[in-house]
Amino acid sequence: MKIIVCIKQVPDTKGGVKFNPDGTLDRGAMLAIMNPDDKAGLEAALRIKEQNGAEVTVITMGLPKAADVLREALAMGADKAVLVTDRVLGGADTWATSTTLAGAIRNLEYDLIITGRQAIDGDTAQVGPQIAEHLGLPVISYAEAIEVKESSVVVKRQYDDRYHMVEAKMPCLITALAELNDPRYMTPGGIFDACAAEITTWGRADLKDVDDANLGLKGSPTKIAKASDKVRKGAGEKVTPDSPEEAVSYIVGKLTEKHVI
Amino acid sequence: MNLAEYKGVYVFAQQVDNEISGIAYELLGKGKELAAKLNEEVTAVLIGHDVKGLADKLAEYGADKVIVVDDPELKEYRTEPYAHALSSVINEFKPEIVLVGATAIGRDLGPTVSARVATGLTADCTVLEIGDFPLVAIPGKEAEQKHNQLLMTRPAFGGNTIATIACPDNRPQMATVRPGVMQKIEPIVGAKANVIEYNPGFTPNDRYVEIKEIVKAVSDTVDIMDAKILVSGGRGVGSPENFKILEDLAEALGGTVSCSRAVVDSGWKPRDLQVGQTGKTVRPNLYIACGISGAIQHTAGMEESDIIIAINKDEDAPIFSVADYGIVGDLNKIVPQLTEAIKAAKANK
Repeated sequence: MKIIVCIKQVPDTKGGVKFNPDGTLDRGAMLAIMNPDDKAGLEAALRIKEQNGAEVTVITMGLPKAADVLREALAMGADKAVLVTDRVLGGADTWATSTTLAGAIRNLEYDLIITGRQAIDGDTAQVGPQIAEHLGLPVISYAEAIEVKESSVVVKRQYDDRYHMVEAKMPCLITALAELNDPRYMTPGGIFDACAAEITTWGRADLKDVDDANLGLKGSPTKIAKASDKVRKGAGEKVTPDSPEEAVSYIVGKLTEKHVI
Repeated sequence: MNLAEYKGVYVFAQQVDNEISGIAYELLGKGKELAAKLNEEVTAVLIGHDVKGLADKLAEYGADKVIVVDDPELKEYRTEPYAHALSSVINEFKPEIVLVGATAIGRDLGPTVSARVATGLTADCTVLEIGDFPLVAIPGKEAEQKHNQLLMTRPAFGGNTIATIACPDNRPQMATVRPGVMQKIEPIVGAKANVIEYNPGFTPNDRYVEIKEIVKAVSDTVDIMDAKILVSGGRGVGSPENFKILEDLAEALGGTVSCSRAVVDSGWKPRDLQVGQTGKTVRPNLYIACGISGAIQHTAGMEESDIIIAINKDEDAPIFSVADYGIVGDLNKIVPQLTEAIKAAKANK
C-alpha cells in the first residue's frame, strides 16, 4: 500500500520561547523542528510499513530550507520526499495551503494520507480536513490509534469525553495526535542515506487541477488585520517562606484579603 | 459571490447524546451581540436525530430562529453527514457569519464545511467584534475600506502571539470559538423557538464512516470549565495517589481538581481534567497551581483566572511569571497544612 504523510517545519516552542529585547518573538533564535503531531503521523505510517509493507512518501510545503524536515523523515525510514516550494505560494492561509497540498497529492498514488492534527505555530487543525475535502476523501480527525485492514482502516477517534472506534474505507485521510506513539529516532545509517537521497521539488506548475485564484496570499480568504505579540500578564509577588507554616499563613492571608475564605 | 445576499449570524448548536453542549449557549450569547450590531438576527443550527425538542432551550439562550436538521444518519457525530447538513444550510439560507465551537467536533466540522462552501475559517477565536477592514483606511483608498466586517482575534504560537483576522471577500465569515471564553445570556425562561425544519437528504457513500464502538470516559466530576475554584496539579505532585492531598484542599475550598498535560500523558488523571492549549481553557475565581512548571501551553489555558496562586519547588519555574502569588516550597508539606488551616478558618466564621 502507499501512504502519504504531510509534515511541516515549525519553530520549536518547547525548548523555550525566545523574545527580543522589545518583547516581540525572536523567531530566528528558535530551532526549526518537525511538527510533533506530524512526527507522530509519520511514526504511525512507518509502523504500518513494518507490519503490512508500505511505501511512505513525505510531503511538505514551505521555504527551500523545509527540506531539512524531509531529510529527517527519510532518516527515520520514509521512502520518498516531496518539497512543494514556490514564491507564489507564500503567505497562504489554511484554505490556500490545503488547496496547494491537494494539488500536489493529485500527482501521487495513495491509499492513506496522514497529517498531524495541528501545527504548534498556527494551532488551527484545519489543513488536514481541508485536504480531505478538496480530494473528496473520508476524514477521521484526532486519531489516537490506527489499525490497517484489507481495504479499510479502524481508528480510535478522540472526543472531549469519549472515543469512537471508527472504520473508513481507503483511500482516506487521518489526522494524528502526538499521543498516538513515541516517534523513533533517526538511525546513523538512515542519516547517511538521507543526506544522499533525492528530494523531489515541485513548484506552482506541478500542481494539478488548481486555480491561481486559490493560491498564496492572494488566494487566501482570511486576511490578517493586525498581529502582535501578546502582552503577557506580569508576575505578581513571589515569596520563599522558611517553613510550611509560614507559607500557609501567607496563602491564608491572601485568600482572606481577597474574600475567598 | 454576491456578498450582500448573505445575512444573519448563525451558530452551530452542538449537541452530544441529545444534550446541548455549553459552547452552543456561549456562541448564542456572542452571536446575539454581533447580530445586534449588524441589525440582524441570530439563528441556531441544530443537527442530530430526534433533537427538535431541544429547540426551545436554544430560544431561552437567545436564538431568534432555530433551523433543525433531523435525520437518523445524524444520530452520532460523523464528519460527512454533519458537514453535508451544515454546508447545505449555509448554501440554502446564506448566513453572513457562522460560528462553531472549537471542540473536538467543531474543529473537524468547521474546516470541512469552510472548504466545501469555499470560504475562510479562523480557528480558536477568543475575541469577536464587528469593525472595519483594514482597521485604518489606506490614505487615498478610503472607499475600499470595508465596514461591518467580522474581526476575529485568536492566539497563535502556543499563546505567544495574537492576531486579528478578517474574511472580507468571501461569505459566510466563519470562526471556531474557544469554549469557556464567550458569555451566555441569562436564560429567558419559557421562550419558545421559531423552528424551521430543513432536510437536504442524506445518501450514505464511502465518505460516511462506520462507528464500530463508542466508549465514554467515566467521570462523575464537575466540568472544570464551570468550576469557580480549581486546585490544579502537575508532574510535581509526584504520583497519582498523591493527588489525594489536592482533592482534600479542593474539597475544603469548595472547588475541584484539574491538572496539566504531563499528568494526563502519564495516565494519572483523565483528559477531561486537563487545562491548557490542548486541554480546556478555564477562568475560575481562584486557580492554585501545585507542582506545575507552567509551560506556555499550560498558561494559555488558565492565565485569565482572577487569582493565580502557584506552589513550586523550583524558584525559576515559568508558572511564577503568571502567578499573582508565588510560593517557592514543597507542596507535599504546604498543601495538607493549608487544607487544615482553611477548614479552621471556615469553621471560625
